Amino acid sequence: MRIVVAMSGGVDSSVAAALLAEQGHDVIGLSMQLYDAAGDGDRSFGSCCSIDDLHDARRVASALHIPHYILNFERQFDELVVSNFVREYSSGRTPRPCAHCNADLKFATLADRGRALGADRVATGHYARVERDEATGRLRLKRAVDRSKDQAYFLFSLTQEQLAHAMFPVGDRPKEAVREYARQRSLPVADKPDSQEICFIPDHDYARFVGERAPETAGGAILSEDGRVLGSHEGIHRFTVGQRKGLGLSTGSPVYVLELRAAERQVIVGPRASLERTTLTASGVNWILEKPDHAVCVTAQIRHRHQAAPATVRSVGPDRAEVVFDTPQIAITPGQAVVFYEDDVVVGGGWID
Amino acid sequence: MNVSHMRVYLDYNATTPLAPEVVDAVVAATRDLFGNASSVHHFGQQAKAALDDARTAVATLIGADPSEVVFTSGGTEADNFAIRGAAEAAEAGGRRHLVASAIEHEAVLNTLKALARRGWRTSLIPVDQSGVVNPDRVREVLAADTALVSVMHANNEIGTIQPIAEIAAAAHERGALMHTDAVQSAGKIPIDVKALGVDLLALSAHKLNGPKGAGALWVKRGTRMMPILTGGKHERSRRAGTENVPGIAGFGTAARLAASKMKMEGSRVASLRDRLEAGVLSGVLGTAVNGAIDRRVPNTTNISFDRVEAESLLIALDLEGIAVSTGSACSSGTLEPSHVLRAMGFPAHRTQNSLRFSLGMFSTDADVDRVVSVLPGLVEKLRGLTRKSVGSR
Repeated sequence: MRIVVAMSGGVDSSVAAALLAEQGHDVIGLSMQLYDAAGDGDRSFGSCCSIDDLHDARRVASALHIPHYILNFERQFDELVVSNFVREYSSGRTPRPCAHCNADLKFATLADRGRALGADRVATGHYARVERDEATGRLRLKRAVDRSKDQAYFLFSLTQEQLAHAMFPVGDRPKEAVREYARQRSLPVADKPDSQEICFIPDHDYARFVGERAPETAGGAILSEDGRVLGSHEGIHRFTVGQRKGLGLSTGSPVYVLELRAAERQVIVGPRASLERTTLTASGVNWILEKPDHAVCVTAQIRHRHQAAPATVRSVGPDRAEVVFDTPQIAITPGQAVVFYEDDVVVGGGWID
Repeated sequence: MNVSHMRVYLDYNATTPLAPEVVDAVVAATRDLFGNASSVHHFGQQAKAALDDARTAVATLIGADPSEVVFTSGGTEADNFAIRGAAEAAEAGGRRHLVASAIEHEAVLNTLKALARRGWRTSLIPVDQSGVVNPDRVREVLAADTALVSVMHANNEIGTIQPIAEIAAAAHERGALMHTDAVQSAGKIPIDVKALGVDLLALSAHKLNGPKGAGALWVKRGTRMMPILTGGKHERSRRAGTENVPGIAGFGTAARLAASKMKMEGSRVASLRDRLEAGVLSGVLGTAVNGAIDRRVPNTTNISFDRVEAESLLIALDLEGIAVSTGSACSSGTLEPSHVLRAMGFPAHRTQNSLRFSLGMFSTDADVDRVVSVLPGLVEKLRGLTRKSVGSR
């Protein structure tokens, strides 16, 4: 079968391509050029998909004897991922763009290009699994076998249609085995470190990235829960719920960011206890199997690095949901994704209001 | 990947395969003429003789005197030398304005940008939708302190031939020098530097079945230039560096070959190109040729395809063993929207719909037949897949 593999130049997508090629498929490597690294001269771009990463992808493709093409997705990336990211931060939310990139770019635009080349499937190096439910014929998205590397969280927005054309070749094995496979085949990226955090932010400096693109994010006041002014800040985009550092306050006991009010440009802070909440609402909810008509018991994950906690979720309206946790959770953050699981299976997810 | 058919190469404007005679010349020079052409002894003299030979051949190709030909590492260096060398020499006389057309190759445009960052004033001459520079537009941007006007002889993306003689006349009216990047025209159409009226002309070996790594700048006698590569006194102190004898020898052989076959080859390739163009236009709906078709080099056709991403079509063609391009690449190997089409007035979304087909020495009827038979199906498939989903336009 002809399959396109989204190759980032990292070891996971490289091994994904190698596995499929070894299985005898007609593999084509596609890399996305997401930003013009050469354009700004001194600017060092993010931790992934830089020009060096594109070259790595090309070298791996060459080692695997598969054709490789680089697609220019600068405009789409800017429109679908970066603009959204900046807008969210300016609105006092803490976005996680990776899910958007997956649903709107990798498994949409890139998948379309793959189809244009006669490839029925898009494979990536994500740690996740897709399975068909024999009884219903529907597709299930499941966590990876290697829980510590699991990335199913970022794929919650995929539809049945998208899942039908997706493949995750490394999702069924541990990360160390993936690296070992790469070493055995002398792939040039076998020992390349993983890209952490958001791929397009240079030096993890979100504040600067957003500040440069949304100059209207001006400063404002830092207030206590009861409305007393405690200090001032230089832009709500520099903060996220649960943050303790960088407030510039001397208040005796530690205070944390509780809330960001975009319209008033205010940062509300308080003690850790105030960070605990048991409920949240979410928008843009995607149900992978089907929208439930009653409350469902799930485990819900509110951040990538969060242990999914037992909760009840109820669908509200066409694309919203209410979630009630069994026990209070710390720092529920607007803009992050909340993903619902039943054991290892992703039930669905949405964006925290 | 299984490509069961022979590959078809239609990207001659990007680079050309070496003619067999050229391969022989390069090999012979590599093996036998290893001497440093600057050495006094026999080995140096042999190498020097090979350079002289090549110089004469290149000069003959453009109707010039051999002493006016400066060998470089290629077309890009020749353009850099022309612009930077002339600019620096003209600075003392108070001329700090440089002019170029909006459709020049990046070697010219980015050199202008680099000089602009150092305080030079630059102007770009607009073109109309035919992709041809109007000498009156040139006059509009010329100033009393213009040092140099640079307009390419033939455009690499669409193949249109510019009215160099008139533009040169306009430049000279204001005391400015005239440079033309003839990288895409040399070897394809006759060039006579006197008739063109230029002061500087750039050429590249690998565009005329010669090897990569060799080019030349023709500098009209008396033109004041500062060298950009300083060091030894090579090339009459105009371009330092031990000469790439094998590359230059190959260049000379290629130039000689091109001169002798130009007329015949020109008409052979033109009829292949015309047949390809007609076949694509009639076999695929929603296609159009970009740029004036009555003043083009004989081997090029640039065609836009409605509702198709050029990038996808290009890859699909490659998977079928057919090599073409859009004419604009960038360092990562991906495609950028064409600045040439933009300059011709195409809206942004239509600068990524076009493919350039460029033929040459080894192109055959079978190549044309293959493309004409395969292309309609690929285009239809791509159009059928176009959907109004997020992110795809």
